[in-house]
Amino acid sequence: MDINDLRSLFTVLAFIAFVGIVWWAYSDRRKKTYDEAAMLPLDDDSQFVPPAPQVTENQERKSS
Amino acid sequence: MQSQATYNYKVVRQFAVMTVIWGIVGMLVGVIIAAQLVWPELNVVEWLSYGRLRPLHTNAVIFAFGGCALFATSYFAVQRTSHAVLFAPALAAFTFWGWQLVIVLAALSLPLGFTQGKEYAELEWPIDILITLVWVSYAVVFFGTIIKRKVSHIYVANWFFGGFILTVAVLHLVNSAAIPVFAAGILTPKSYSAYAGVQDAMVQWWYGHNAVGFFLTAGFLGMMYYFVPKQAGRPIYSYRLSVVHFWALIFTYMWAGPHHLHYTALPDWTQSVGMVFSLILLAPSWGGMINGIMTLSGAWHKLRDDPILKFMITSLSFYGMSTFEGPMMSIKTVNALSHYTDWTVGHVHSGALGWVAMISIGSIYYLLPRLFGKPEMHSKKLIEVHFWIATIGVVLYIASMWIAGVMQGLMWRATNLDGTLTYSFVESVKATYPFWTIRLLGGLLFLSGMFIMAYNMFLTMAGGKAVDAPVLAPAAAH
Repeated sequence: MDINDLRSLFTVLAFIAFVGIVWWAYSDRRKKTYDEAAMLPLDDDSQFVPPAPQVTENQERKSS
Repeated sequence: MQSQATYNYKVVRQFAVMTVIWGIVGMLVGVIIAAQLVWPELNVVEWLSYGRLRPLHTNAVIFAFGGCALFATSYFAVQRTSHAVLFAPALAAFTFWGWQLVIVLAALSLPLGFTQGKEYAELEWPIDILITLVWVSYAVVFFGTIIKRKVSHIYVANWFFGGFILTVAVLHLVNSAAIPVFAAGILTPKSYSAYAGVQDAMVQWWYGHNAVGFFLTAGFLGMMYYFVPKQAGRPIYSYRLSVVHFWALIFTYMWAGPHHLHYTALPDWTQSVGMVFSLILLAPSWGGMINGIMTLSGAWHKLRDDPILKFMITSLSFYGMSTFEGPMMSIKTVNALSHYTDWTVGHVHSGALGWVAMISIGSIYYLLPRLFGKPEMHSKKLIEVHFWIATIGVVLYIASMWIAGVMQGLMWRATNLDGTLTYSFVESVKATYPFWTIRLLGGLLFLSGMFIMAYNMFLTMAGGKAVDAPVLAPAAAH
């Protein structure tokens, strides 16, 4: 197996990794996280913006 | 619950103000060299001749104007979306003063003729070392702030900013690798590239195209993903698409560089790889553009009376246009016509003025009142005027360069029946004069817009006082 086979293999692996990322990004499990993340730039000026969707479980709020 | 701590806005203010100042300087040099093409008599002394000023123009608009805009917006966005104060404030201050020093040294050394001769990487080795120090500090401040974040998720804008910072570090280190001639002294530096022949050309355009892809695209997409939702008051159209957009851009941009070297000594297969990856790039680019524009879906009326939003959405339209034009120009047969002509110059400015400058201008208009404790910019009317002057300027600029470029390409390839060239080179130069004049007018209009912006900025700053917003606790949802 010469270096060019490895290079071809790398290209194929990179492509598979990318398809994996698309599949992962569009999986239903990610939806809630992304809906919250999309509000990140907006919920820092709370008086202008409706509150972020309420989530009751798994709160990681740190009181600092 | 609000804590007493405030965000570090000082460095954001400094970079935001200097964005406008360097924008004027860089675009003024652009207007001067555009005038020198129309009236060659304007090449008065060698320090201010076209050949010396042209790299100064590109460095000033890309690294001084664009660079300051990226520093300002990334420092602002990373703090607010992380709910954390900037990491290592002393280092952040160093990035400001260090970057300004780099710009001043560029403005001195390029007219004096010190250059490595690599496009967009002209600065000589002592300045390259300073750039490296500033850039590593930038990475430490940015990623340090991300590590300090109070929310679990890293917002997509920060992914783009982070990708831009990391990639530019790698690009700069690899392409600027050179062997200094120490005998020449540090004040009159001289160096030779670490690479030779076609490898040198390939390293240069791997750098050059990724400077476009990461400095001028990924960084400004970070800006788009923060400031467009902010100004529109709505979350990004599709967060999933933004994640795919990021990774698709990262996976493909690195390979597009060879399209700058079509029909050269570069092996044919490498040219073809560059062409194919450039064509693939259309997909993520348009995905990102649609994601930005569709953020306004259902709220298009906001576009009618918000000039800042007009800047942002127009910038995305130009982004879509130039990322369609780019892949098309990378096709070898199209490139055979377009390369070395003013079409390339038009393409670059459709990206640089239409996309990069307009998204920066919009974001800086968003930032300025918030940084100086004002409810809004001094004059909304003047932002509107700026928008229209700038838009007409860009359209004049790129339309004239398209026509000039296609005309030049056709004239250069025209042959008589006996195989001799129909036109001499100077005939194509003569035919281009009217279009260079229109281009000068377009550039002049765009520059005038920047003066209006500076006037508006100083009146907004006057009587305002520098304010640092309190660090807000993350919303309960997170």
